[in-house]
Amino acid sequence: MPIQDQIAEHHSYLLRFARLQLRNDAWAEDAVSETLLAALAKPQSFGNQSQLKTWLVGILKHKIVDSIRQRTREINIDNTGETDQDQELDALVFKTDGHFASDPSDWGNPEQDLSSRQFFQVLEACAEKLPAAMGRVFLMREWLELPCEEICKELNLTSTNLYVQLHRARLRLRECLELNWFGHTGSTANS
Amino acid sequence: MMILRRTCKQVASLLIAREDRDLPLADRLALRLHLAACKACPKFERQVLTMRNALRQWRNYEMDEASVKSGD
Repeated sequence: MPIQDQIAEHHSYLLRFARLQLRNDAWAEDAVSETLLAALAKPQSFGNQSQLKTWLVGILKHKIVDSIRQRTREINIDNTGETDQDQELDALVFKTDGHFASDPSDWGNPEQDLSSRQFFQVLEACAEKLPAAMGRVFLMREWLELPCEEICKELNLTSTNLYVQLHRARLRLRECLELNWFGHTGSTANS
Repeated sequence: MMILRRTCKQVASLLIAREDRDLPLADRLALRLHLAACKACPKFERQVLTMRNALRQWRNYEMDEASVKSGD
Protein backbone atom coordinates (compact mmCIF):
# COMPACT_ATOMS: atom_id res chain seq x y z
CA MET A 1 0.00 0.00 0.00
CA PRO A 2 1.35 3.46 -0.85
CA ILE A 3 2.53 5.49 2.09
CA GLN A 4 -0.16 8.15 1.56
CA ASP A 5 -2.89 5.53 1.87
CA GLN A 6 -1.35 4.05 4.98
CA ILE A 7 -1.23 7.50 6.50
CA ALA A 8 -4.80 8.31 5.57
CA GLU A 9 -5.84 5.08 7.19
CA HIS A 10 -4.37 6.04 10.54
CA HIS A 11 -5.12 9.73 10.47
CA SER A 12 -8.63 9.59 11.91
CA TYR A 13 -7.63 7.04 14.53
CA LEU A 14 -4.79 9.25 15.78
CA LEU A 15 -6.97 12.32 15.68
CA ARG A 16 -9.59 10.63 17.84
CA PHE A 17 -7.10 10.01 20.61
CA ALA A 18 -5.42 13.40 20.24
CA ARG A 19 -8.79 15.14 20.61
CA LEU A 20 -9.75 13.05 23.58
CA GLN A 21 -6.49 13.91 25.30
CA LEU A 22 -6.05 17.56 24.34
CA ARG A 23 -9.71 18.63 24.24
CA ASN A 24 -8.90 21.16 21.58
CA ASP A 25 -9.39 20.40 17.90
CA ALA A 26 -6.68 22.73 16.61
CA TRP A 27 -4.06 21.42 19.03
CA ALA A 28 -5.07 17.87 18.19
CA GLU A 29 -4.76 18.49 14.45
CA ASP A 30 -1.32 19.98 14.98
CA ALA A 31 -0.13 17.08 17.11
CA VAL A 32 -1.34 14.56 14.53
CA SER A 33 0.18 16.49 11.61
CA GLU A 34 3.50 16.69 13.42
CA THR A 35 3.30 12.98 14.12
CA LEU A 36 2.68 12.06 10.51
CA LEU A 37 5.37 14.43 9.27
CA ALA A 38 7.82 12.84 11.68
CA ALA A 39 6.74 9.43 10.45
CA LEU A 40 7.12 10.42 6.78
CA ALA A 41 10.67 11.46 7.51
CA LYS A 42 11.39 7.78 8.19
CA PRO A 43 9.66 5.96 5.33
CA GLN A 44 11.62 2.78 6.03
CA SER A 45 9.38 2.28 9.04
CA PHE A 46 6.29 1.81 6.88
CA GLY A 47 6.67 -1.89 6.40
CA ASN A 48 4.68 -3.72 8.99
CA GLN A 49 1.04 -2.61 9.28
CA SER A 50 0.43 -3.76 12.82
CA GLN A 51 3.63 -2.26 14.14
CA LEU A 52 3.04 0.93 12.20
CA LYS A 53 0.05 1.85 14.31
CA THR A 54 1.87 1.25 17.59
CA TRP A 55 4.79 3.25 16.30
CA LEU A 56 2.60 6.17 15.19
CA VAL A 57 0.76 6.23 18.52
CA GLY A 58 4.13 6.25 20.28
CA ILE A 59 5.19 9.34 18.32
CA LEU A 60 1.80 10.97 18.87
CA LYS A 61 2.09 10.55 22.63
CA HIS A 62 5.41 12.42 22.62
CA LYS A 63 3.94 15.19 20.48
CA ILE A 64 0.99 15.47 22.84
CA VAL A 65 3.18 15.76 25.91
CA ASP A 66 5.06 18.56 24.09
CA SER A 67 1.78 20.21 23.24
CA ILE A 68 0.58 20.12 26.85
CA ARG A 69 3.94 21.37 28.07
CA GLN A 70 3.71 24.42 25.78
CA ARG A 71 0.24 25.26 27.04
CA THR A 72 0.47 24.65 30.75
CA ARG A 73 -0.79 28.14 31.49
CA GLU A 74 -3.74 27.88 29.12
CA ILE A 75 -4.98 24.62 30.51
CA ASN A 76 -5.47 25.74 34.05
CA ILE A 77 -7.11 23.20 36.26
CA ASP A 78 -10.15 24.57 37.96
CA ASN A 79 -9.78 23.56 41.55
CA THR A 80 -12.40 25.52 43.33
CA GLY A 81 -13.48 22.62 45.47
CA GLU A 82 -16.27 20.18 44.81
CA THR A 83 -18.64 21.13 42.01
CA ASP A 84 -22.41 20.76 42.15
CA GLN A 85 -22.14 17.93 39.71
CA ASP A 86 -19.80 15.99 41.97
CA GLN A 87 -22.12 16.51 44.90
CA GLU A 88 -25.10 15.43 42.85
CA LEU A 89 -23.25 12.32 41.80
CA ASP A 90 -22.47 11.52 45.43
CA ALA A 91 -26.10 12.01 46.42
CA LEU A 92 -27.18 9.78 43.57
CA VAL A 93 -24.89 6.90 44.46
CA PHE A 94 -24.93 7.04 48.27
CA LYS A 95 -27.54 7.55 50.94
CA THR A 96 -26.84 10.08 53.67
CA ASP A 97 -25.83 7.29 56.06
CA GLY A 98 -23.01 6.28 53.69
CA HIS A 99 -24.66 3.17 52.26
CA PHE A 100 -25.12 2.62 48.54
CA ALA A 101 -28.48 3.92 47.36
CA SER A 102 -28.68 0.80 45.22
CA ASP A 103 -26.14 -1.99 44.87
CA PRO A 104 -23.56 -1.55 42.11
CA SER A 105 -24.62 -3.73 39.20
CA ASP A 106 -22.84 -6.66 37.60
CA TRP A 107 -21.17 -5.51 34.40
CA GLY A 108 -20.20 -9.02 33.37
CA ASN A 109 -16.79 -9.46 31.75
CA PRO A 110 -17.09 -7.02 28.86
CA GLU A 111 -13.33 -6.82 28.46
CA GLN A 112 -13.13 -10.58 27.89
CA ASP A 113 -15.95 -11.35 25.53
CA LEU A 114 -17.14 -10.39 22.08
CA SER A 115 -19.33 -7.57 23.26
CA SER A 116 -16.14 -5.70 24.11
CA ARG A 117 -16.30 -3.48 21.07
CA GLN A 118 -19.46 -1.85 22.32
CA PHE A 119 -18.06 -1.67 25.81
CA PHE A 120 -15.02 0.23 24.61
CA GLN A 121 -17.23 2.57 22.62
CA VAL A 122 -19.19 3.33 25.77
CA LEU A 123 -15.97 3.71 27.75
CA GLU A 124 -14.59 6.18 25.23
CA ALA A 125 -17.83 8.12 25.07
CA CYS A 126 -17.83 8.33 28.87
CA ALA A 127 -14.24 9.58 28.91
CA GLU A 128 -15.20 12.17 26.32
CA LYS A 129 -18.00 13.40 28.56
CA LEU A 130 -15.59 14.33 31.37
CA PRO A 131 -15.09 18.09 31.71
CA ALA A 132 -12.09 19.17 29.61
CA ALA A 133 -9.59 19.83 32.40
CA MET A 134 -10.53 16.69 34.29
CA GLY A 135 -10.50 14.61 31.13
CA ARG A 136 -7.06 15.85 30.21
CA VAL A 137 -5.65 14.86 33.58
CA PHE A 138 -7.37 11.50 33.47
CA LEU A 139 -6.08 10.72 29.99
CA MET A 140 -2.58 11.81 30.94
CA ARG A 141 -2.72 9.14 33.60
CA GLU A 142 -4.59 6.40 31.73
CA TRP A 143 -3.57 6.90 28.13
CA LEU A 144 -0.21 8.69 28.23
CA GLU A 145 0.59 6.61 31.32
CA LEU A 146 2.50 9.42 32.95
CA PRO A 147 3.52 9.01 36.59
CA CYS A 148 1.59 11.23 39.00
CA GLU A 149 4.69 13.28 39.80
CA GLU A 150 5.17 14.10 36.14
CA ILE A 151 1.55 15.14 35.62
CA CYS A 152 1.85 17.44 38.64
CA LYS A 153 4.98 18.95 37.18
CA GLU A 154 3.58 19.48 33.69
CA LEU A 155 0.33 21.01 34.90
CA ASN A 156 1.62 22.79 37.97
CA LEU A 157 -0.61 20.80 40.29
CA THR A 158 -0.12 19.67 43.85
CA SER A 159 -0.44 15.92 44.32
CA THR A 160 -3.58 16.51 46.40
CA ASN A 161 -5.18 18.41 43.53
CA LEU A 162 -4.20 15.72 41.10
CA TYR A 163 -5.68 12.93 43.23
CA VAL A 164 -8.90 14.87 43.64
CA GLN A 165 -9.21 15.30 39.86
CA LEU A 166 -8.44 11.65 39.16
CA HIS A 167 -10.83 10.55 41.89
CA ARG A 168 -13.70 12.58 40.44
CA ALA A 169 -12.91 11.42 36.94
CA ARG A 170 -13.01 7.76 37.96
CA LEU A 171 -16.25 8.19 39.90
CA ARG A 172 -17.89 9.89 36.94
CA LEU A 173 -16.62 7.27 34.56
CA ARG A 174 -18.00 4.51 36.77
CA GLU A 175 -21.37 6.19 37.01
CA CYS A 176 -21.46 6.73 33.26
CA LEU A 177 -20.68 3.06 32.66
CA GLU A 178 -23.23 2.04 35.26
CA LEU A 179 -25.91 4.00 33.40
CA ASN A 180 -24.87 3.26 29.84
CA TRP A 181 -23.21 -0.11 29.92
CA PHE A 182 -25.43 -1.83 32.42
CA GLY A 183 -28.43 -0.35 30.65
CA HIS A 184 -27.08 -1.86 27.46
CA THR A 185 -26.51 -5.37 28.83
CA GLY A 186 -29.84 -5.22 30.62
CA SER A 187 -31.69 -4.38 27.42
CA THR A 188 -30.04 -7.12 25.36
CA ALA A 189 -30.06 -9.84 28.01
CA ASN A 190 -33.18 -11.46 26.53
CA SER A 191 -32.29 -11.16 22.88
CA MET B 1 -12.66 -1.63 66.37
CA MET B 2 -14.55 1.61 65.78
CA ILE B 3 -11.43 3.15 64.36
CA LEU B 4 -11.48 0.52 61.61
CA ARG B 5 -15.11 1.02 60.74
CA ARG B 6 -15.84 2.57 57.35
CA THR B 7 -19.06 3.40 55.54
CA CYS B 8 -19.64 2.12 52.02
CA LYS B 9 -19.09 5.63 50.76
CA GLN B 10 -15.69 5.77 52.44
CA VAL B 11 -14.80 2.31 51.18
CA ALA B 12 -15.80 3.24 47.63
CA SER B 13 -13.59 6.28 47.96
CA LEU B 14 -10.65 4.11 49.07
CA LEU B 15 -11.21 1.67 46.21
CA ILE B 16 -11.05 4.55 43.76
CA ALA B 17 -8.02 6.14 45.45
CA ARG B 18 -6.21 2.80 45.30
CA GLU B 19 -6.08 3.11 41.51
CA ASP B 20 -3.67 6.03 41.78
CA ARG B 21 -1.78 5.71 45.03
CA ASP B 22 -0.80 3.26 47.75
CA LEU B 23 -3.14 3.30 50.70
CA PRO B 24 -1.90 3.61 54.27
CA LEU B 25 -1.84 0.29 56.15
CA ALA B 26 -4.75 1.23 58.42
CA ASP B 27 -6.92 1.98 55.37
CA ARG B 28 -5.95 -1.29 53.73
CA LEU B 29 -6.93 -3.19 56.84
CA ALA B 30 -10.20 -1.31 57.21
CA LEU B 31 -10.92 -1.98 53.55
CA ARG B 32 -10.35 -5.72 53.94
CA LEU B 33 -12.56 -5.92 56.98
CA HIS B 34 -15.35 -4.00 55.32
CA LEU B 35 -15.20 -5.95 52.06
CA ALA B 36 -15.42 -9.24 53.96
CA ALA B 37 -18.61 -8.17 55.66
CA CYS B 38 -20.38 -6.08 53.02
CA LYS B 39 -22.51 -7.19 50.09
CA ALA B 40 -22.47 -4.05 47.99
CA CYS B 41 -18.83 -2.97 48.17
CA PRO B 42 -17.31 -6.10 46.60
CA LYS B 43 -19.56 -5.36 43.61
CA PHE B 44 -18.18 -1.86 43.46
CA GLU B 45 -14.67 -3.29 43.70
CA ARG B 46 -15.39 -5.56 40.72
CA GLN B 47 -16.51 -2.59 38.69
CA VAL B 48 -13.33 -0.71 39.53
CA LEU B 49 -11.25 -3.73 38.52
CA THR B 50 -13.20 -4.07 35.28
CA MET B 51 -12.50 -0.42 34.57
CA ARG B 52 -8.81 -0.96 35.32
CA ASN B 53 -8.58 -3.94 32.94
CA ALA B 54 -10.62 -2.27 30.27
CA LEU B 55 -8.55 0.91 30.37
CA ARG B 56 -5.39 -1.15 30.08
CA GLN B 57 -6.71 -2.91 26.99
CA TRP B 58 -8.02 0.33 25.60
CA ARG B 59 -4.67 2.08 25.76
CA ASN B 60 -2.95 -0.98 24.27
CA TYR B 61 -5.51 -1.03 21.40
CA GLU B 62 -6.48 -4.59 22.19
CA MET B 63 -10.08 -3.67 21.50
CA ASP B 64 -9.19 -3.24 17.84
CA GLU B 65 -8.21 -6.87 17.68
CA ALA B 66 -11.36 -7.81 19.57
CA SER B 67 -13.40 -5.97 16.94
CA VAL B 68 -11.62 -7.93 14.20
CA LYS B 69 -12.47 -11.18 15.94
CA SER B 70 -16.11 -10.28 16.27
CA GLY B 71 -16.20 -9.74 12.52
CA ASP B 72 -16.72 -6.00 12.38
